[in-house]
Amino acid sequence: MFEIAPHVETVVIAVLALLCVASLSRVWMGQRQPERDLLELKQRIRSWWWMIGLLFVVLLLNRDAGIVFFACLSYLALKEFFSIVPTRLVDRRVLFWAYLAIPLQYLWIWQEWYGMFSVFVPVYVFLFLPVRMLLLGDSQGFIRAAGVIHWMVMLAIYCIGHLAALLTLPVLNPAAGYLGPVLFVLFITQFNDVCQYVWGKRIGKRPILPRVSPNKTWGGFLGGGLTVTLCAGLVGPYLTGMSWSLALAAGAVIAVCGFFGDVVISSVKRDLGIKDTGQLIPGHGGILDRLDSIIYTAPVFFHFYRYFAY
Amino acid sequence: MQRWLKVLFFLLLVRPLIVFVIGLNVFQRERLPRRGPHVLVANHNSHLDTLVLMSLFSWRDLHRVRPVAAADYFLANRWLAWFSTHVLDIIPIRRDGGGNRRDLMADCRAALAAGDIVILFPEGSRGRPEAMQPLKKGVFHLLKTHPEIPLTPVMLRGLGRALPKGEALLVPRNCDVAIGEAMQVGDDSAAFMGALEAAFETLAEQCRGSAWLDEWQ
Repeated sequence: MFEIAPHVETVVIAVLALLCVASLSRVWMGQRQPERDLLELKQRIRSWWWMIGLLFVVLLLNRDAGIVFFACLSYLALKEFFSIVPTRLVDRRVLFWAYLAIPLQYLWIWQEWYGMFSVFVPVYVFLFLPVRMLLLGDSQGFIRAAGVIHWMVMLAIYCIGHLAALLTLPVLNPAAGYLGPVLFVLFITQFNDVCQYVWGKRIGKRPILPRVSPNKTWGGFLGGGLTVTLCAGLVGPYLTGMSWSLALAAGAVIAVCGFFGDVVISSVKRDLGIKDTGQLIPGHGGILDRLDSIIYTAPVFFHFYRYFAY
Repeated sequence: MQRWLKVLFFLLLVRPLIVFVIGLNVFQRERLPRRGPHVLVANHNSHLDTLVLMSLFSWRDLHRVRPVAAADYFLANRWLAWFSTHVLDIIPIRRDGGGNRRDLMADCRAALAAGDIVILFPEGSRGRPEAMQPLKKGVFHLLKTHPEIPLTPVMLRGLGRALPKGEALLVPRNCDVAIGEAMQVGDDSAAFMGALEAAFETLAEQCRGSAWLDEWQ
């Protein structure tokens, strides 16, 4: 059942070791400073165990399980979007059709029907949902509703769907198998979030977008981006079919896209006046709080990889 | 036997359904009562309301939790009546005033005397999503003879959009549950109703994104 490519196995072990280090240092911190409230840190680390554990079990099972897993992620993300943005009550049926696009989109991915996968949401769903809306006969707020619904569908189904699509690309590096590219983009994106945060705390002074996200600084962006680019250059050839120079470029692309994904979801939250998008993941918030950068990095990396590495 | 039917129904069917199809954001969960006698009052927009409120309780406390429901609806036919009494374990109330004319709430009193947690919807019936109807005074009449029994207001938001009145199509959506502080009825009905309405307004503000939703009605 579990046929693990050797490089993937190393990465799995390394990540689990990293989680152990995180858990142990939390316990150590708690013992050294018993008066500090570490509940949120504890929840955060425990949630990381759950997320990474689930991801590994599902991805290592087989390719189809991975595709179903990403379809579920799309569904949860879309549900969270529809719950935080305002939608008209009459559009309930339209939202239902939007959900139905998920199994179809993932069916194309599973069939490796690249042409359909890349046009289904931006063309057919895009054209169909407003038609379903006008059958409801309420044209007040039509433009806003059509715009909002389609934007959510693009982010939650189309963009996240590229993670599943990465599973279906022909394997370039047999030692890393079909999982290599997905793990690469997932971990480089998460590592980028962490690095930009840490560098921002260390040397960040001038905010890039003071009115949207005051915590994002030039120092954090450049320091984190550089670290991530170097790291991608090292890991890229190991996990994917990219040369080290191409992997460096991919790292830079992921750093930039991850930054923008983060900031885009931040401004959605800021517009709605909410701090997080849900309570699904204790210590992290909603699923969109975790997927924000991946929404941007997944499609861009997919096309980068598919175009340059083959 | 009945107790296990209820627990199994919630553990195997309702809980997974609520986690995957609904998804709850619960605010101040620690205010939920652990044991009765206690009254839970909530706004009412959907059939899901009762299921969601009951699913908040641990399976160990679940047999103590009993929703008050309209007899003319939930006992309307044999199958629904069996489900309502054996699985949900409702306290039926005759909205038309039939049965015990002197005291509509005799069964609720009996349940409270037995130490149950009673769920009551003071709006009477399900209204439009995200719009509160005027509250009825049933809670006050129920508790004025036992003013020491506490009640907790709970605001539900979004369920009326997931499954509104008169619709059979459930559209997935995350919903908010804001639990208020326990209060007591006191002896002045007008003052109590005012306090209850104010409590619901405070809870509504805690629910996420409410400003935008109202603007878009």
